[in-house]
Amino acid sequence: MENKYENIVVFIEQRDGEIQKVALEIIGKARELAEKLNCKVIGALIGYNIKAKAQDVIAYGADEVAVVDNKLLEHYATEPYTKAVVKVIETLKPDIALYGATAIGRDLAPRVSGRIPTGLTADCTKLEIEEGTNALLMTRPAFGGNLMATIISTGPRPQMATVRAGVMKAMKRDDSRKGEIIEIDAGLTDADMNVKILEVVKGENKSVDISEAKILVSGGRGIGKKENLSMLRELADELGGEVSVSRALADAGYAEKALQVGQTGKTVHPNLYVACGISGAIQHLAGMEDSDFIIAINKDNTAPIFDVADLGIVGDLTKIVPKLTEAIKKYKAENAVK
Amino acid sequence: MDFTLSKEHLLFREMIRKFAETEVKPLAEEVDEQERFPIETVKKMARYGLMGIKFPKEYGGQGGDALAYIMAVEELSKVCGTTGVILSAHTSLCCSPIYNFGTEEQKRKYLPKLLSGEHIGAFGLTEPGAGTDASGQQTKAVLDGDHYVLNGSKIFITNAGHADIFVIFAMTDKSLGTKGISAFIVERNFPGFSIGKHEKKMGIKGSSTCELIMENCIVPKENLLGKEGKGFSIAMATLDGGRVGIAAQALGLGEGAIEEAVKYVKERKQFGKRISQFQNTQFKLADMHTKMEAARLLVYNAALKMDSGERFSEEAAMAKLFAAEAAMEVTTQAVQLFGGYGYTREYPVERMMRDAKITEIYEGTSEVQRMVISSAMGVK
Amino acid sequence: MKIIVCMKQVPDTTEVRIDPVTNTLIRDGVPSIINPDDKAGLEAALTIKEQVGGTVTVVSMGPPQADVALREALAMGADEAYLITDRKFGGADTIATSYTISSAIKMLDYDLIIAGRQAIDGDTAQVGPQIAESLGLPQVSYVERIEKIEEDKITVRRQFEDRYQIVEVKLPCLITTLSELNEPRYMSVAGIFGAYREKEVKKVTFEEMKEYVSEERLGLKGSCTKVKQSFPKQAKGKGTVHEVSEDEAVEIIMAKLIEKNLI
Repeated sequence: MENKYENIVVFIEQRDGEIQKVALEIIGKARELAEKLNCKVIGALIGYNIKAKAQDVIAYGADEVAVVDNKLLEHYATEPYTKAVVKVIETLKPDIALYGATAIGRDLAPRVSGRIPTGLTADCTKLEIEEGTNALLMTRPAFGGNLMATIISTGPRPQMATVRAGVMKAMKRDDSRKGEIIEIDAGLTDADMNVKILEVVKGENKSVDISEAKILVSGGRGIGKKENLSMLRELADELGGEVSVSRALADAGYAEKALQVGQTGKTVHPNLYVACGISGAIQHLAGMEDSDFIIAINKDNTAPIFDVADLGIVGDLTKIVPKLTEAIKKYKAENAVK
Repeated sequence: MDFTLSKEHLLFREMIRKFAETEVKPLAEEVDEQERFPIETVKKMARYGLMGIKFPKEYGGQGGDALAYIMAVEELSKVCGTTGVILSAHTSLCCSPIYNFGTEEQKRKYLPKLLSGEHIGAFGLTEPGAGTDASGQQTKAVLDGDHYVLNGSKIFITNAGHADIFVIFAMTDKSLGTKGISAFIVERNFPGFSIGKHEKKMGIKGSSTCELIMENCIVPKENLLGKEGKGFSIAMATLDGGRVGIAAQALGLGEGAIEEAVKYVKERKQFGKRISQFQNTQFKLADMHTKMEAARLLVYNAALKMDSGERFSEEAAMAKLFAAEAAMEVTTQAVQLFGGYGYTREYPVERMMRDAKITEIYEGTSEVQRMVISSAMGVK
Repeated sequence: MKIIVCMKQVPDTTEVRIDPVTNTLIRDGVPSIINPDDKAGLEAALTIKEQVGGTVTVVSMGPPQADVALREALAMGADEAYLITDRKFGGADTIATSYTISSAIKMLDYDLIIAGRQAIDGDTAQVGPQIAESLGLPQVSYVERIEKIEEDKITVRRQFEDRYQIVEVKLPCLITTLSELNEPRYMSVAGIFGAYREKEVKKVTFEEMKEYVSEERLGLKGSCTKVKQSFPKQAKGKGTVHEVSEDEAVEIIMAKLIEKNLI
């Protein structure tokens, strides 16, 4: 059967010309899907003075890159980007279009889906091709992560999804890969810029709400001195997370009450909870046992925290934590997106 | 009799629960430890209309009803007995008598600020020599031209340290006994009026309980509440409403203790099991819950009767008697379920137990309630 | 300023639990709430109304039980409430939902539309932008602060992972709000009693809308996606405990972090 929609388009998110890791992760996944479908992976690289980055997208697994380069695309704004992506889709007629589930992707993709119009599945953590039908199976969490749902697209092509960052694996960079670069003119005019970006402020730190944090490094009585909190801070920074504490530390004035996890503090459910020197009194466990992955480091091998930990380490946290921070630093440096 | 809550009461309960959980509960421990009046909470309550729930909008009230007010005291007391009694004393003992017995001018003058919560209200009846026997009033009021001169003192006055408006009782004619008692609306800054000693208490420690001192206190004649000599009946009618408020406080304390206990027994493990798995725990909690549910029906019934405009002295007395004794028992059992932890201040049940005790005492002891009930039965 | 706030009633997902025996979602006893991002949107609308005057109209699509969420909005201070409800609207995905809601909004007057960024039951963040697309309005999503409101434009702070933008946009437009935008007020006592005794929730059914919509774009029929299968998240297995040297410990942790894509 002749299907005029083919290939996978991946929106290549970039900020200030820096390609975002999530885009490369999706390229990696799209590569796998493309093998099954026997089709191409095409990156949609949209921005200003961006063409030079197209080779990077190819090096990470794309077969082709569609470039829309325009001054109006310098900073992310919904309408010019929507118009550019829609133009790419109209031109290339892909079977599948994927976006990162980021603050940009989750703004852009629904707008594109509305314009086409076609279906869109948000925040996917798993993408597969269904045997026989070749349909894209999009699996995503719902109900606050309590339920997983597999969604299929029943509307017009392309099948579209946003994909969570940090779930798919990027391929290793291969500079020997070659691919075609297609330039597309989206016909943007000043009238498309329907918002005025007055200011862009980078690296703004937001106030800490541990109940919203995705990664928590948590300290308990076992950290000893107050000064040792700084090593937890360093680990948290390296992991991109926040520091929280047990009741013992909050009561001792080591940290403010707002950072306390437990029955009399906050209930948290991060993707990763690193319990350092926390014995795991029932009152503490009540506040954190719903965390997705729990690592516990404690000297006492009978500590109840090990009952709920996915990974328990019996040992001296003041030695292990700094070493771990270093190891992560090293790993990140080696695997940085060039 | 219909015990299903209306949609607006259900929505109100949702609001007050959230308010109590978010704004009141986090302060409860500190307010108790530091014996501190939670003035910031009162201001927040004012913002959302909680200081004037059951009064009509024309006087600055919220257009709600007595049941909603009672539910507010209940839900606040679930997390903080202190906050519950602040609202109860303000509403039942000061706003209500002014609304029920005040002249149009008095209502227009005093209610808007009281009901908006800008002013806090209090009630001064009890004296060192006039507790359960309120007829033993020593405070005197003498008419002198365009004003009364009050002399005497009151004790155990709830909200006193932070109140702006007081409903005060004094003898205008000692020879007439209870028929010689009159009621007055006294502003905090009237000449000769002052706040005396602050009591240190077993429970409801954040509530401000003080002595009031009147030394040649000048009260304008137009601040006489009701007619001269009607003070005693105003006091008794006011206390009927106050008792339903205290019953609601007791109800909240008992229910709050049960909530804490249920949470705890599901987590606490002994002998390798959660203690909720022991039949002793299960049966004890079943009894506690049943008792408080019975109390709730009595309290809500009294509130509905209050809304209906009929006399409700007997219902109020029964509600308070039963709810207070149930609360005392249930909070004590809750401490028992917590064991050693229950006796520590790490958990709120010991505070609830201390708070519950007063509900058997103030606004008429349990013994007084029994007198009211038996007398209504014609058993004299 | 005429403001429309789009709202959804959702189960409080923080209260949803998995039954360990049947491995299914326990929905019984889970309270229904106004979606938090939407509530922040409502608070923002009420604040704007206090600052510059105007009206706040809340619009929700859902089953008849969503009435109570709209009453709550009225009790917080909204002026009018519409519940878009009909069996024909049921089973809608985000495309069909946004089509239905935007069709209803076309029947109303507005300068500014505020929607929450995403609902906690679906977490898609799609309906707001799709409504904007349907209505042909500019949008700014992920609004974490409202900087300025003027007669013909609004200036907001738009959040990204690593930055924010200050964006000015002409009215009419649609913004989507984050729950961290503000602390929503409580309902007031007078508001609660007024919500039932003085105000009403107007129902918008297919009958009222039929001239404005094509039926095949509504509900299940109008949806472009379909749930093929849903299942509870896998319960996790028992963890492992290691008593090893510090360097080995670091290696074990690193391997796990990499495996779980946490770094």
